[in-house]
Amino acid sequence: MLTEYAFWLLSFIAVFSGIAVIISKNPVYSVLYLIMTFFSIAGHYFLMNAQFLAAVHIIVYAGAIMVLFLYVIMMLNLNNIETEKRHNIIKLLAVSAAGLLLLVLSGAVQKADEIAVSGKVGAAGMVENLGIALYRNYLLPFELASVLFLAAMVGAVYLSKKNLNETQSA
Amino acid sequence: MQVLPNITIEHYLGLSAVLFCLGLFGMMFRKNAIIIFMCVELMLNAVNLALVAFSKIHGDTDGQIFVFFIMVVAAAEVAVGLAILMMLYRNMHTTDTDQLNSLKG
Repeated sequence: MLTEYAFWLLSFIAVFSGIAVIISKNPVYSVLYLIMTFFSIAGHYFLMNAQFLAAVHIIVYAGAIMVLFLYVIMMLNLNNIETEKRHNIIKLLAVSAAGLLLLVLSGAVQKADEIAVSGKVGAAGMVENLGIALYRNYLLPFELASVLFLAAMVGAVYLSKKNLNETQSA
Repeated sequence: MQVLPNITIEHYLGLSAVLFCLGLFGMMFRKNAIIIFMCVELMLNAVNLALVAFSKIHGDTDGQIFVFFIMVVAAAEVAVGLAILMMLYRNMHTTDTDQLNSLKG
């Protein structure tokens, strides 16, 4: 019974703060609402017995990615209020496109079998099982991910070099 | 007495669909490139939620491993994307996507 209440509460928080991310005028508020969404999604992971994933989600998203966002917003001094608005036709197109996609997705979800999620007790989300799967079956993708990170790191450092134009023209 | 229905896979897929559509809507609705990045993160998280729900009902770890790799790609994407955004801001002094409409100059 508690699980159902927790599900609806967390879902409400996630959707509410997802809407707030979009309609906030100030980018800093958007970041804070997005962190709230991430915490409620981490709560959903807890409900689904994926404890390790929930911890990693909080550490990676709330701890690293959103701090990076906040850092960039404050460094670029973007926390002023956005004044210019979209044209009404673009707003209408955005609403209708997203609404149509939601209609199609919910039509597809209606056909799903009614398999209870909360009743099952699984040990799939424990560190031990995840570790075995990650280092045994998925060793090659794991190693390739490190190459991807190296490439991303080099790319980010190269792109954010101060005098990119001067070094290219020299 | 059961007041609320049991949580099924349908509920999680529905929540995931709503969050995904919110992210898509935000991408088209907003002009600030940083908000658009955040909406991409929201969409990736919606997909992650659906994958974890599938992993739960099947009782195996593959879905959760996939979520790990999505997180890896998201982190790399954010690092490179924000670096590009900073370079753009340094050269063009704006992050408004309506004004960033030329590839050169």
